[in-house]
Amino acid sequence: MNELWNQIELSWTWLTASSQWHGPDGIPHRLLQHVWYSGVSLLCAAVIGLALGLLAGHTGRGGFLAITLANVARAIPTFGLVLFVVVIDYSITPVLVALVALAVPPILVNTFEGVRGVDPDAKDAARGVGMTGWGVLWHAELPMALPLILLGLRTSAIQVVATATIAAYPGFGGLGRYIIDGLARGDYQLVVGGTVLVVALALIVQLIFAGLRRLVVSPGLLGSARPS
Amino acid sequence: MITFEGVTKRYPGGAVALDDVSLDCPTGEITVFVGTSGGGKTTALRAVNRMVEPTSGRVLIDGRDVREQRPAELRRGIGYVIQHAGLFPHRTIEDNIATVPYLLRWNKKKARARALELMERVGLDHSMAKRYPFQLSGGQQQRVGVARALAADPPIMLMDEPFSAVDPVVRAELQDEFLRLQDELHKTIVFVTHDIDEAIKLGDTIAVFRTGGKVAQVDTPENLLAHPADDFVAGFIGQNRGIRTLSFAGTGELRLSDDAVRPVTADAADLTGLDWILVVDEDRRPLGWTRPAQIGGSLSEAPLAPVGPTFRVGSDSVRVALDAAVLSPSGLAVGVDDAGAVVGTAAGSDLLAVPTHGNGAGGTGHGAGSDG
Repeated sequence: MNELWNQIELSWTWLTASSQWHGPDGIPHRLLQHVWYSGVSLLCAAVIGLALGLLAGHTGRGGFLAITLANVARAIPTFGLVLFVVVIDYSITPVLVALVALAVPPILVNTFEGVRGVDPDAKDAARGVGMTGWGVLWHAELPMALPLILLGLRTSAIQVVATATIAAYPGFGGLGRYIIDGLARGDYQLVVGGTVLVVALALIVQLIFAGLRRLVVSPGLLGSARPS
Repeated sequence: MITFEGVTKRYPGGAVALDDVSLDCPTGEITVFVGTSGGGKTTALRAVNRMVEPTSGRVLIDGRDVREQRPAELRRGIGYVIQHAGLFPHRTIEDNIATVPYLLRWNKKKARARALELMERVGLDHSMAKRYPFQLSGGQQQRVGVARALAADPPIMLMDEPFSAVDPVVRAELQDEFLRLQDELHKTIVFVTHDIDEAIKLGDTIAVFRTGGKVAQVDTPENLLAHPADDFVAGFIGQNRGIRTLSFAGTGELRLSDDAVRPVTADAADLTGLDWILVVDEDRRPLGWTRPAQIGGSLSEAPLAPVGPTFRVGSDSVRVALDAAVLSPSGLAVGVDDAGAVVGTAAGSDLLAVPTHGNGAGGTGHGAGSDG
C-alpha cells in the first residue's frame, strides 16, 4: 500500500515537473503526436467503415462479406502488423495502417447493423412518399442508425487511442514513448505517468462522444429507449 | 381514374402475385381491395406507385402509364399510408407530416404551416407538433400517417391496411373520420384490407382478390352481398350476408304505425286491446314502454321500461331498425326524426318486408353502412 502511494506520488511529481511540459520530449509534443496519429487513423477508418457499412446496409447486399472482412481484420494482431510492415517500409504509414485495420471493424459492423436494423415500415414509407435511394439513406437510414454508428466510432476511437502507443516502438513518439522507455529502463514513474496520460485521453474521447451523441442524435431515437 | 390493364406480377421462382388483373378505380371514390392473405391485393396497390413493377400489363392514371414518370417523382404525387404508419422516429410530428413538402422543396415555414393545418384536419392537437412518434399512441400515429400522405394534397391515396393495427374501438373511430374526410376531399383512394366489414363500410367499389392473384369480383358493396359471383366470394363475405344486406336498405319507405304511441297525458282507460304502449312527452320524445295491464289511472304514473335503441327514419338503414326491434322490450322498433320525436313504430316482420336492394339508404352510400 505504501509502495503504491509512493508510486502515485512519484508519477505526480513527474507529471507536474516543469521540464516535462516543453521540448521535443515534453508532454505537449508527445500528446500532440498521439492525438495526430489517432485522429488520422480514426478518420481513415471512419471513411472506410461508414462507406462500406452504409452501402452493405442500404442495399442489403454484401453484408456477409463486410462482416467477414471485419472479423478477419479483428483477428490480425496489431503489434505484429506494425513490426511486419515496418520492416518493409520504415515510416509512420505502417503504424497508421495497423491502427486503421484495428479501427475499421467496430465502425463497419455497427454501421451495417444500424442501417439493417432500421424499421422496415419506416424504410418502406420513405420510399413510398417519394425519396430517392440517396434520400432514403440520407434522410431515413443514416439518422436512424446514428446511435449505433456513434457507438462503433467511440469503440474504435478508444481502441485507437490506447493502441497508438505502439507508434513509439519503431520510434515515432507519441505517449507510448514514456511507457516503452520506462519499461526499458525500469523507470516505473515514467510508465505510470505515460499510462495516466493515455487513460486521461481515452476518457476525454469518451466525453467527446457523449457530447456528440446528445448533439446529433434525435431525441426521438434516444427517447424510445426509455419507458414512456 | 386508376386503370389496371391485364396486370401480372410473377416473381423469380414462379410465384404469381397478380394474375391478369384488369379493373378501374373511379376518380373521387374509394375502391377497396379485399381478400385473403397472399391474394395479391397489396401487390396490386403497390403497382400503382411503382413500389412493385408488373411483369406484364399496365397501370394507368387518368390514361397515362405510371412508367412514364420516374418512381420518386410519381410517388410524391400519390399519398401513401401503411399498416404501422411507418413514421420516421427521428423526426417530430410536424416534420413527419411535412416530409413530402420538404421533398418538393417548399420553404420550411410553408411546409410547417401546412403540417399544422393537417394536424387539425385529422384531429390531432397542435401541442403534439414538436413531439416524437414514440410519444404517441397507435391510433394517433396512424392519424399522423394519414396527415403525412395528405400533405402535398395528392389527388390519389394508396392505403395499405391503415387501420388494422389498432384496437376495434379506435379503428371504428378512424374509419368514421376517414369517411368524413373523404366527403370533404374527394380523393381517388385505393384501400387494402383483409376485413370484409371494413370493406363494406368504406368502399364505393369492392374488388375481391382470391389466392393466386386473381380478381374474383368487382362490385358495389350492395351487389357483392346480394349477388356474390361464386362460392369463394360468398364464403369470404361470411355468415351474416343476409343481415348485412339490410345495411343498404333505407328506412325512408317504411310504413310506421302510430297505434301504440300515446302522450303521457292520455287517460289509461281506452288502452285495452294493446300489448305495449310507447309513452311520449308533449314534443313526442319517447319516455318508455309500458303495458296497459300495469296501469291504474293516468299514464304519467305508469311504470316505464327503457325505450332502448331507436333508429332515425330515412338516414338509418333497415339493419339498424331491425337491431332496435330485437332490443326493444315490446319487439317494436321506434323510429324517430332528426329532432328525436317519434315518427312511429314497426315490428320486425314489417322491416323485413322492405325491398333490400336497388334502394340505397339515405342516398349517400356510406352512412348507410355503419352499424349504428
